[in-house]
Amino acid sequence: MEPKPPAEGPFRLWHLLLVLPFIAMFWVSSYNRVEPTWAGIPFFYWYQLLWIPIGAGLTLIVYFATHRQS
Amino acid sequence: MPINWPALIIFIVLFALITVLGFLAVHWRRGDLDLLHEWGLAGGRFGTLVTWFLLGGDLYTAYTFIAVPALMFGAGALGFFAVPYTIMVYPFVFIVFPRLWSVARQHGYITAADFVRGRHGNKWLALAVAVTGIVATMPYIALQLVGIQVVIAALGISGSGLAGDLPLIIAFVILAAFTYTSGLRAPAAIAIVKDLLIWITVIVAVVVIPIELGGYAKIFAAVPPAKLLLPTPQGPSLGLYSAYATLAFGSALALFLYPHSVTGVLSASNRQAISRNAAFLPAYSFLLALIALLGFMALAAGVAKAPQFAPLIKQYGPNASVPALILTMFPSWFVGVAFAAIAIGALVPAAIMSIAASNLWTRNIYREFLRPDCSAVQEAQMAKIVSLIIKFGALAFILGLPLQYAIQLQLLGGVWIIQTLPAVIGGLYTRWFHDRALFLGWLAGIVAGTAMAAAQQFKPIYPLHLAGVTIPTYAAFASLVLNFIVVIVLTPVFNAVNAERGHDQTQASHYV
Repeated sequence: MEPKPPAEGPFRLWHLLLVLPFIAMFWVSSYNRVEPTWAGIPFFYWYQLLWIPIGAGLTLIVYFATHRQS
Repeated sequence: MPINWPALIIFIVLFALITVLGFLAVHWRRGDLDLLHEWGLAGGRFGTLVTWFLLGGDLYTAYTFIAVPALMFGAGALGFFAVPYTIMVYPFVFIVFPRLWSVARQHGYITAADFVRGRHGNKWLALAVAVTGIVATMPYIALQLVGIQVVIAALGISGSGLAGDLPLIIAFVILAAFTYTSGLRAPAAIAIVKDLLIWITVIVAVVVIPIELGGYAKIFAAVPPAKLLLPTPQGPSLGLYSAYATLAFGSALALFLYPHSVTGVLSASNRQAISRNAAFLPAYSFLLALIALLGFMALAAGVAKAPQFAPLIKQYGPNASVPALILTMFPSWFVGVAFAAIAIGALVPAAIMSIAASNLWTRNIYREFLRPDCSAVQEAQMAKIVSLIIKFGALAFILGLPLQYAIQLQLLGGVWIIQTLPAVIGGLYTRWFHDRALFLGWLAGIVAGTAMAAAQQFKPIYPLHLAGVTIPTYAAFASLVLNFIVVIVLTPVFNAVNAERGHDQTQASHYV
């Protein structure tokens, strides 16, 4: 392995936030259910829909956290 | 079906508008189009906003808009894998692709194969990446035509032989002409119009249709219980759970390896445009999720049983469900807008895909192997001509062969393109992999993935058996794991026998 550029070192911890969407989506049994429904939409559908803005929000957080000083 | 004149007129007007736009785009962010990186990469001049439109128009294709709801309509919950797929793709893009942008800008790379050539110093490995990209892209272009075909038929235009195919041929000649003259600037300009039309159509559809059908509760009540959720796994098997997750994950890994995605990324003018778009592109994912639900709305609206759509459904199957839904729910003029959105939505990715494939051909095959001494002007001219050949090849494919072949080849395309991941993405992080091991891993992945898909009659899910448990897995993902194993096992072997390593042009500082 090449040595990592030192400037990126401490910011890499922030990248761990981006693992969350993968864990949530791989854990299929946690969301393969109808209840609780929201506005008539089964949990399976609205939960995954909800993860779209959560994923984007996490990405934005990491973006601002890692680009502030560079 | 009789010809729907108001819809047809709106459709033609919008189509004429984007044709003009496609030709005018030659003047946009003006550059010397006799150079390949200007024609095929728009000189890398696009900022965050244009990149957002371009990648949105590029990745969320007409085929997506037709096929995802069709899968929901036909198979139910499994079709919703497109949503976790797009949730997983952007964190991955955020971490990985700014590195590709930086190293490509440093060295003037315009394709993924350029990078592999520079990083691993092995022209055969670069050739493998280039050929994989071209072959995986061809059926994808062909499938874009299906989107145009379905909406033309739904407008009531039918006929046999050449007359029936004529509208599609006209659309393609227009596409070919403006791509030839304007290069990547044309689809980028058109993408802005296309995306506005798609956003309008979908927002209106997800507000108006549920009101007319009596609310989301009624829509989901109309979905058969077996289609509403994934079936719970039975016995020693992970059932559709592992299938769903690996389909999403494998597709997410594969998406940005496609040449048209790389072209979109490398046309950005700065590194931040890529990171920012990883946060902003999920807006399209939301759109896609809503479009997926249109498949259930089509079920609830009963389009499958409506006699007026019987011929359409008979010819195009579930792919006709969304056009039929739109015809059922909206006045003719809005049908014209919605159908134009789908058809134009086919032209944007088809243009970018053909440009990306001809970049690969020209840079990594023609100039590398056939005419190393060609001039920059000859190189750009070659790419323009090849983009024409590629598009007409796709047209001949879709007019001459059964649709099923294009669908199966596109599926295989995903299995193949993901095999370039160790060389491309791996290469962005490490030089540990031996280039010969990467080549053999690629080969093993292609052979195994193709065999897995073929064994399942070209369905994407392969039932792996591990320690007495059946794990249904996306063939692309399973074969990628094998690819990595081969690379990791063979690298020390090649090192031990002192097999010559290719020269690396890049340095660690070029990636950040």
